[in-house]
Amino acid sequence: MSFLTFASLSPRHARRAFLGRSGAMLSATAVALLAGREALAKGTTATEADARILNTALGAELEAIAAYQVGAESGLLQKPVLDLAVTFQGHHKQHADVLAKTVAKLGGKPVAAKAKYAFPVETLKTQADVLRFAATLEKGAVSAYLGAVPLFGDRDLAKAAASILGDEAMHWAILRNALGEAPVPDAFVS
Amino acid sequence: MTGALLLAALAASAAAAPADVATGEAVYARCQACHALAYDRTGPRHCGLIGRRAGSVPGYAYSEAMKKSKIVWSAATLDRFLANPTAAVPGTTMGYAGVADAKERAALIAYLADANASAACRR
Repeated sequence: MSFLTFASLSPRHARRAFLGRSGAMLSATAVALLAGREALAKGTTATEADARILNTALGAELEAIAAYQVGAESGLLQKPVLDLAVTFQGHHKQHADVLAKTVAKLGGKPVAAKAKYAFPVETLKTQADVLRFAATLEKGAVSAYLGAVPLFGDRDLAKAAASILGDEAMHWAILRNALGEAPVPDAFVS
Repeated sequence: MTGALLLAALAASAAAAPADVATGEAVYARCQACHALAYDRTGPRHCGLIGRRAGSVPGYAYSEAMKKSKIVWSAATLDRFLANPTAAVPGTTMGYAGVADAKERAALIAYLADANASAACRR
């Protein structure tokens, strides 16, 4: 599907198409990471520091999965927003799975999900509250990956992290759009 | 020593202009994949940061590097750390390139100092 075809769809169909396409994009993310891992197996430029960065990202991804679970179970999200949240949670699960495998491949010990996370559930009273909370996390994730990309010794890992960054940025934009805010507020992210 | 740190924290807070704090709050949005003011997440909480010894929040699993850093967080030590965390504390789990802009760092530090008096941190 070309961009022009996508742009001509009604919002409802465009959202469906977006969801379908995002699965393919995440597959590409996984492939990129796995490609990095193959490069590592052949003789790597990756370092212990790279594994540490990935493990921190894994911790944040696991927390994001838990946060979306809180949102999904809150009873505050109505379809189709609920479907969107579950889809985004699925992306974070895919990120976490690949990150964990890569950390292990690098000789590190992947962090595990916490038994319990602290979330500001007392402030989540409406669907918009949940969306705003998720948007805050996604925006932070964009910044976190942006801050991690330049640090990788292995450029394949930097590329893979940038691929995840792109996915998080799309989540953030869609959540902002669902809140009635400008989906892409600036030309640059920081 | 504690009194001096408290005074330093108060001075940092008192010196912060509202505009700096507002700018700092916007910069803080970059931290919110991992941090919150009032509770530990992937990173430790920030309430009470100024004057606190690095690696000392009870129950938070710090890197050995951070625990051994002997840093006490002040405007100056935060400025140095936030400019390039992995260079300031090699081995830190904060895999983040840092806040390169000195004015943004100053605003962020002003926000963190100011936030300590916020409702979230008083709870």
